Amino acid sequence: MSNWSWEVVAEAFPKIIDGLGITLGLTLACYGFALAFGFIWLFMRKIPIRPLRWLITWVMEFIRSTPPLVQLFFIYFAWPMVPVIGFTLNGFTSAILGLGIHFSTYIAEVYRSGIEGVGKGQWEAAKSLNFSKRQKWTKIILPQAIPPTIPMLGNYFIIMFKEVPLASTIGVAGILHIANSYGAENWTYLEPLTIVAILFLALSYPSAIIINRLEKKWNRRFDKKEALTRSKGATA
Amino acid sequence: MIEPIVSFHDVHKSFGDVKVLKGIDLDIRPAEKVAIIGPSGSGKTTIIRMLMTLEEPTSGDIIVNGTNLWKMEKKGKLVRANEKHLRAVRGDIGMVFQHFNLFPHMTILENCMTAPLHVKKEGKEAVKQRSLEMLERVGLSDKVDQYPSQLSGGQKQRVAMARALVMRPKIMLFDEVTSALDPELVAEVLQVIRDIAKNDDMAMILVTHEMDFALDIADKVLFLDEGVIAEQGTAREVIEHSNNERLQEFLHRFRA
Repeated sequence: MSNWSWEVVAEAFPKIIDGLGITLGLTLACYGFALAFGFIWLFMRKIPIRPLRWLITWVMEFIRSTPPLVQLFFIYFAWPMVPVIGFTLNGFTSAILGLGIHFSTYIAEVYRSGIEGVGKGQWEAAKSLNFSKRQKWTKIILPQAIPPTIPMLGNYFIIMFKEVPLASTIGVAGILHIANSYGAENWTYLEPLTIVAILFLALSYPSAIIINRLEKKWNRRFDKKEALTRSKGATA
Repeated sequence: MIEPIVSFHDVHKSFGDVKVLKGIDLDIRPAEKVAIIGPSGSGKTTIIRMLMTLEEPTSGDIIVNGTNLWKMEKKGKLVRANEKHLRAVRGDIGMVFQHFNLFPHMTILENCMTAPLHVKKEGKEAVKQRSLEMLERVGLSDKVDQYPSQLSGGQKQRVAMARALVMRPKIMLFDEVTSALDPELVAEVLQVIRDIAKNDDMAMILVTHEMDFALDIADKVLFLDEGVIAEQGTAREVIEHSNNERLQEFLHRFRA
């Protein structure tokens, strides 16, 4: 058993910090991908061909029910071996695809709940004022559907941030990966992994606070009372 | 003979197995004010919702301004109208809802401006001026920058009317617009409708439970009962000279 060594901390810390850019960059890239792909799921589920809709729903369920780690491994190790369509992807890209697609299926559900929260009366009012389909979405429905979903979207951001170290298993050199390598080389895991844990805490806690602020700000703009009556199912 | 602006020809509507409307024939002239009265569940609201294209008739024709609303011609055949066709015809129709349906994320002024601006692509200054005029007309000049949640029910409903009027519809539909209001707020809304009815030359169709008001402003009253127009005529004809027992019973209940 080794004792806590501040010397090790001093040596390991700068190395681990070097991986922070990768960890944060990967989080943002995955999240951006998930936000965008969430919309794509949403529209795919509105395709007016029933068997296709079933297929989409089934695929989403499949993705949600398999561990993200399995999906990562599949994309990184197995996909290049798929005949004809398979090709090699680097670790970073595989992680964006794997985690991004995995979380996009949850994000799609968040979007759906936001849209279903907009009352039927809003659609009817938009129709009575002769809005086009596109205008109905951009001017009336989405501006009301998105703000109430911000806390949920924010939570997924933090959850995703905490899942990103999975990418170290396919060689993406984020903070966990570096700390692990350092531990293996120097036979001391206590300090580097503690540093990693503290870094995650130091980043996810302020994110939670920022999301909270954002939520308040949006709700103020949107108007609290309305949000309240809406969540109770009354019409505006 | 003036051409009617709205005609219903043998219009039926069922929801599942429930037949709500069983053959509606109806002509409304431009500028005519029509009140539809009748027991709840008689299909009053369904009539104007079909006109606003919120419900599709099961059978029959609705003609608006000479155009078949729910059917269009394609290769010489009448087929079900697509959204483009509906949009073209719907532009002449405006509606005020029982539950107001204001856009909660927009100010009062933005609520009025959004459709002329984005749907009709009119200039911003002109739209703003017209919206302000309308809001003044409904007595809400001091609320233009507030949000719907800050208004009373009566005020919300007046905004909803201004919002519909800014689009300059030829036909205005009022769907039980005072039913969701506290009793003390009903009068202010009725006053605005009275003003519109007196000063504007659009056709108006009101579905209402405000019997005295309806009889007062309407050129024509329709009594709807069990999915058919059981009685129609001027207010006087319908109220004083009808022998329809169900109508008398219905009126009696309201007068009691």
